[in-house]
Amino acid sequence: MSLHKVVANAEEAIKGIQSGQTLLLGGFGLCGIPENCITALVKKGVDQLTCISNNAGVDDFGIGLLLQTKQVKKMIASYVGENDEFERQLLSGELEVELIPQGTLATRCMAAGYGIPAIYTPAGVGTEVADGKEVRNFKGKDYLLEYAFDADYAIVKAWKGDTKGNLIFKDTARNFNPLMAMAGKITIAEVEHLVEAGSLDPNDIHTPGIYVNYIFQGEAYEKRIEKRTVRN
Amino acid sequence: MALTKEQIAKRIAQELQDGFYVNLGIGIPTLVANYIPEGIEVELQSENGLLGMGPFPITGEEDADLINAGKQTITTLAGSVFFDSAMSFGMIRAGKVDLTVLGAMEVADNGDIANWKVPGKMVKGMGGAMDLVASAKNIIVAMQHTDKAGNSKLLKSCSLPITGRACVKKIVSDLGVFDITENGFVCIEHAPGVSIEEIKAKTAGRLSIHASIKEMNV
Repeated sequence: MSLHKVVANAEEAIKGIQSGQTLLLGGFGLCGIPENCITALVKKGVDQLTCISNNAGVDDFGIGLLLQTKQVKKMIASYVGENDEFERQLLSGELEVELIPQGTLATRCMAAGYGIPAIYTPAGVGTEVADGKEVRNFKGKDYLLEYAFDADYAIVKAWKGDTKGNLIFKDTARNFNPLMAMAGKITIAEVEHLVEAGSLDPNDIHTPGIYVNYIFQGEAYEKRIEKRTVRN
Repeated sequence: MALTKEQIAKRIAQELQDGFYVNLGIGIPTLVANYIPEGIEVELQSENGLLGMGPFPITGEEDADLINAGKQTITTLAGSVFFDSAMSFGMIRAGKVDLTVLGAMEVADNGDIANWKVPGKMVKGMGGAMDLVASAKNIIVAMQHTDKAGNSKLLKSCSLPITGRACVKKIVSDLGVFDITENGFVCIEHAPGVSIEEIKAKTAGRLSIHASIKEMNV
């Protein structure tokens, strides 16, 4: 891996992504999503993508943008309830969808990043999620065998990053991002603030730069709020 | 009179114990946070990566980076902590969360729950519900007793694809409180003004009435 990780922008970062590849995309809802890279993927026009992400964005933001342009062949997610175009493509059969439990999604990323081929989890035992999967009993309880993800690219969003690719996430925008960062064969990180190596306290870093291949400072973050809720 | 959503939440809040770590699902369960009894301290876990969830923010202090599992803007409290999604479900699977409250479309009298899919109609996904029901020590379901057409949602067996098997311990519906035992649903409380006859008529699964049934205090 090259130690020269800093690239100018999203277009340069995603340059190597090809049609038909599998992408892990960080974020929960619209929180902590790689906005710049999604925009760049729409512009690049790669299609037949398999996207693995907790959600599928909303109609006009996040992964929803890639659905509108029909660049996604298959979506692997845990919850997709906020997107009409998604539902339309799913019910019409245009889009392949695999729904998996959220903890399973997270842990399959973690396993990939830890070099562990598979995990056993109780989530989904006795449900249609278990169809065709190996079940093993440990201490009287059944568990499903679930495999680590095997994805070509991971695209994540962090709050701060340095020129060595070390990442710090903010608040609940952390979610799947550090896990996916570990899980990609190639990992692209877009950050709100890119600083020189040495500027971040090593104690504060969530994702070590060894997991990150390309890093750039994103621009014009919209950071849209999906459900603005106040107490007044 | 059948209970309002707020009354269902208020009754569930009476199940909270001091020191509990609690995960509240989307919908009625979220309202439980508004009725935490005086003198009881619980810590709310939000499975998108927060322990110590605070109230909704005041206008102007919403932060796009700080949301709950229902994607609503929220706040932190003194002692709150953030973590990634694998650790979040790690603490759930490891049994560290004391109580899970979630909604349901159907519950069977053996504790099976269905709340993630209506084939051909609604395909939103299970989110974290399958992980939660597979591991939670104590699951309370908040639900309407019947659907809009008046059909019972407390059944002999679920007609919809299930989320988890034999996991629900207690139901608080708009008509009453039900323990789930080897003998099916056991009605331990009825809503004010709701008769045992009505509960019997609207429950399709095996039902018995506890000898010392009382009126819900809501």
